[in-house]
Amino acid sequence: MAAKFDLNDDSVVVIVGSGAGGGTLGTELALKGIKTVILEAGARHEIEDFINDEWDSFAQLAWADMRTTSGSWRVARDFANLPAWIVKAVGGSTTHWAGASLRFQEHEFRTRSVYGDIKGANLLDWPITLKELEPYYEKAEFRMGVTRTNGIAGLPGNNNYKVFEKGAKAIGYQDVSTGRMAINSDERDGRPGCQQSGFCFQGCKFGAKWSTLYAEIPKGEATGNLEVRPNAHVLRIEHDASGKVTGVVYADKEGNQHRQKARVVAVAGNSIESPRLLLNSASSIYPDGLANSSGQVGRNYMRHMTGSVYAVFDRPVRMWRGTTMAGIVRDEADHKPDRGFVGGYELETLSLGLPFMAAFLDPGAWGREFTSALDSYENMAGLWIVGEDMPQESNRVTLSSEKDQFGMRVANVHFDDHPNDIAMRAHAYRQGSAMYEAVGATRTFPTTPYPSTHNLGTNRMSETPRDGVVNKWGQSHDIPNLFVSDGSQFTTGGAENPTLTIVALAIRQAEYIAGQMGQKVI
Amino acid sequence: MKDNDVSLSRRSLLKGATAAAFMISAGAVINPLEAWGLEVKALKPETMQTLIQMARDIYPHDRIADRFYAVALKEYDTKSTSDAALKSLVEEGIAKLDQLAKEKHGTRYVDVGWESQRVAILREIEKEPLFQKVRSGLVVSLYNQKEVWPVFGYQGESAVYGGYLHRGFDDIDWL
Repeated sequence: MAAKFDLNDDSVVVIVGSGAGGGTLGTELALKGIKTVILEAGARHEIEDFINDEWDSFAQLAWADMRTTSGSWRVARDFANLPAWIVKAVGGSTTHWAGASLRFQEHEFRTRSVYGDIKGANLLDWPITLKELEPYYEKAEFRMGVTRTNGIAGLPGNNNYKVFEKGAKAIGYQDVSTGRMAINSDERDGRPGCQQSGFCFQGCKFGAKWSTLYAEIPKGEATGNLEVRPNAHVLRIEHDASGKVTGVVYADKEGNQHRQKARVVAVAGNSIESPRLLLNSASSIYPDGLANSSGQVGRNYMRHMTGSVYAVFDRPVRMWRGTTMAGIVRDEADHKPDRGFVGGYELETLSLGLPFMAAFLDPGAWGREFTSALDSYENMAGLWIVGEDMPQESNRVTLSSEKDQFGMRVANVHFDDHPNDIAMRAHAYRQGSAMYEAVGATRTFPTTPYPSTHNLGTNRMSETPRDGVVNKWGQSHDIPNLFVSDGSQFTTGGAENPTLTIVALAIRQAEYIAGQMGQKVI
Repeated sequence: MKDNDVSLSRRSLLKGATAAAFMISAGAVINPLEAWGLEVKALKPETMQTLIQMARDIYPHDRIADRFYAVALKEYDTKSTSDAALKSLVEEGIAKLDQLAKEKHGTRYVDVGWESQRVAILREIEKEPLFQKVRSGLVVSLYNQKEVWPVFGYQGESAVYGGYLHRGFDDIDWL
């Protein structure tokens, strides 16, 4: 049964956010017998509440609180107050994610050493290696039920995949499959196999896709050690005279403020809200915000080099049917600098429904060039590009002068592409278009990046405190009982969808926190 | 009638009445061929007629009937009953559109014969508030009508039908 802890209970671990990082960490800690409170800004919508309708689901799940943008990225023009398409609900963006679960490659943990000094990039090696993370990747893959690991069969290919696969092979790609997906290909862990419903982004109506909402949190709650408090929007973290954190202040649904005491605080609000919270928690001891002696809080914001390629054929594809992202080409994922850029990228199947295709194919476009594309919607295939982008100090989450409904300064997200990102995107557009042209596409669309779904790097891990915000355990360099548990701790982004790595780090961090608490170090 | 097309009262008496796409009657835009009329309360009927033409020129789909554009724009009239700023934005924006049409072609915007000629006029105002508002609203209010999805082949919700596992998720047969 779910626990209920007192606001004055200062023995609990408080986690801010219930997504891949926070939901996993909270469940792991509860399973280890540690009393844990997850404060989630959004509401709790269960599987039966999910809606198979893009705009209605967006209204239900998306983080729609005010944010601002700046920089030369097109999102700042087209979606000035929507820099990211992420979720405000229990389960966080694991309700919305597509399920692609890939390990980082070995070299991606030491890009400064491998790529060298790239002008304008703030590259840094991670303080951990692939070898250190491998045991946790194994645990993460097992608990998430990742296909093509642990003897779990791959998903069958849908129409969109079949076009994608044939095109990929036609231009010589070899590492092509329906991918490693945290979507059950058969019944497992009390959840059914994929029903090929589509609408992966709108919350899986069958629970076949792994989400902390129903695959983790209930297991933590069953221990009696975990309380998930929805509609609890954390405004600031507090500390004592010694500098150690003592709890958080949050606003409930009615806007009433409460102070939850804590022994340990772990921040897992995604890479925009997490640095915002640290910055909004500035005090006389920490005038630049918590954990920010390096000045790196909010910096090095990464969003992956992304883009899409859609293609129209002379016959129907009906790409929206079936698993949204079960299709991947990995041939371009390696670091092969002779292509004219460092790092690599993945090509993954993607589809949008008609309403979102209209909104995102070419935002702002109108007239017949645009509408004739939509007229061919039924004959369209699509893929998403996800590659490593360069961390830049000036790509940054800062506090805007605008305030939210609680009077707290909102996040401004500033982003400019690095020349390496631009070169990689151009390469990926060419390759994606070539794939589809090889199987008869009559028209292709190199589609601009959507509002960010992979938000990374704004509280990065570093070996030395001057280079980053947290150490190899996600523990603040400055404050020992303050942790970061989401993708904001990524030192660099890799070419892979980040959720699996976030979960692996959370499992590893839970072990560390339990050990430190056991030794009474924190 | 469902809420989103409630304004389109059918006027069967007008069926086949004229070859013109639209007629303006007292307080209404009437489309005899499609047998519907849109009553307007705040905006001039001519303004709503022009808005509908403008919407079609922004997002032209030859297989989508006018009534779907009318449904998508209905709120401009509804909201204008209580929003004077919106009403003047629309009336003044459309007046400017007609002014440009008269300067170039000697007619109202809706009477300019070729889509390319109307689009050329729209290009002159595409940075202006009315155009921006109409386009950005329409991209949702037009394409989010479930009734237009079949025109594009899009099937909408699927979980209630058990997904596509047994309904053709992999039925492509021409590769």
